[in-house]
Amino acid sequence: MSRVAAATTRWLWRWVVLAAGALAWQGWAEWRHSAFFPPPSAIVAEMYRLWFSGSARHLALTSSAIGNILPSLGRVGIALGISIVVGLAAGIAIGRSPVISGYLEPLLHFGRSLPPVALVTVFIVLFKLGDQMEIAFITSGIVWPILVNTIDGARTVDPVQVETARVFRLTARQRLIKLIVPAALPKFFAGLRISVSLALVLMVVAELTGSTDGIGYLMNNASSNYQLTALWAGIVLLGILGYVLNAAVLGVEHFVLAWHRGARRLAS
Amino acid sequence: MLEITDLGHSYGRGGGTHLAVDGISLKAEKGEIVSIVGASGCGKSTVLRCIAGLQRPTRGTIRVNGAVVGAVVPEGLAVVFQDYSRSLYPWLSVRDNVALPLVRTQASRAQRRRTAEDALEAVGLGGTGHRYPWQLSGGMQQRVAIARAIACAPVLLLMDEPFGSVDAQTREDLEDLVLRLRRDREMTILLVTHDIDESVYTGDRVIVMTGTPGRVSADLAVQLPQPRDQIATKELPAFVNLRAEVGRLVRGQRAAATT
Repeated sequence: MSRVAAATTRWLWRWVVLAAGALAWQGWAEWRHSAFFPPPSAIVAEMYRLWFSGSARHLALTSSAIGNILPSLGRVGIALGISIVVGLAAGIAIGRSPVISGYLEPLLHFGRSLPPVALVTVFIVLFKLGDQMEIAFITSGIVWPILVNTIDGARTVDPVQVETARVFRLTARQRLIKLIVPAALPKFFAGLRISVSLALVLMVVAELTGSTDGIGYLMNNASSNYQLTALWAGIVLLGILGYVLNAAVLGVEHFVLAWHRGARRLAS
Repeated sequence: MLEITDLGHSYGRGGGTHLAVDGISLKAEKGEIVSIVGASGCGKSTVLRCIAGLQRPTRGTIRVNGAVVGAVVPEGLAVVFQDYSRSLYPWLSVRDNVALPLVRTQASRAQRRRTAEDALEAVGLGGTGHRYPWQLSGGMQQRVAIARAIACAPVLLLMDEPFGSVDAQTREDLEDLVLRLRRDREMTILLVTHDIDESVYTGDRVIVMTGTPGRVSADLAVQLPQPRDQIATKELPAFVNLRAEVGRLVRGQRAAATT
């Protein structure tokens, strides 16, 4: 079988399994009439009613979607942006400089073993309730995988590649752009994928505590009002967002690290 | 051109030092190919790494065109490493790899690109600039490494066992390539090898290193006609005699003929 045909088959099977699972759930839920596990059809209808039945002018988004999904995505986006910049910059500095790593590494392992959830109060005191606290909270949890992986990537640059840069007298800046960053990117992306899935979890946690909008806020509301279908709508939405975000990161990685896959395929 | 006086290098500090080379003195004139041959562990790569500025000599001085090699890598110098697959950058195309030494020059992007294409042409790899190193065979990758070394128009080219990991046929082709590049570009070349045939075939002079710590045990002129030919040169009595003599010296026996 050709590679394209094999990939198509795999893709088809993925959806067949998903559809079979949804059908089984639907059948079970209609048979049992469980209040806690509404059928998928009801969940989808609720999602449509809550968020996607708006006017065409707003791309069919309802005011609830604009007022809650977008702020949540904004917080995740900003926290990811800060984590990428800080993780890359600090990771390369710590990975390449024994002096900096000597000072910072014990602190770093102390910091990353603290569970952000246990520190919510500290964040509220430091940043007050609101976007800034939520963004800081998400960032404090997701920066570590990116940072630790980038440190490892920057530290393990091949010594022959480093000597090559020395022999051809590249400046520190050229060395950074042409050698250190590209060499550290595969590990960086491995960390980024972990951070992205973690970001959604921490986003919900942040929004459960004293937020006035966001997906986590909606879910908290639905839960305390016993609107279980609306709660499930939030759960499914989070699942979809997680899938899309991960696919987006994979897409960027596929493009940026084409050389890495090629080199690895040939080496094996 | 290249002048090494009483070079010594030891690894480690304090009680655990290991003296790798000691009392090395040698010279290379402009446009000369000097091959350094010796068994593995005799410190020949250490000498090359000291010249390249990758290691600091513990003792002695190295001058390239009169300037003393210190903590910085000297100007006008290029290195071809043995491990080509690790010294080429897999994220850069072949052309960008070859243009790497040019990024610190004032040349424009288009000029750098043209220089890189010329260098690739010179090693017989014209038209492969858009590909990636890992898409090429081992011999072709080493040609890319050679193209990168000559792209910055070096006055001194250092080659550290450059053909140690390619097959015999490719090795002969690459030896001829080195001889042709020297003729066309008038570089001084220092070739470190453990292959006795290679040291005699490519060299104008062969320096034999032996012992621990490594010392120069002989400095022999190669009197073979140019241009050299893989078959014809290697059947000349002068070639056969010299390779036998170098072989004895490498094994630590006394030379049969007077030198």
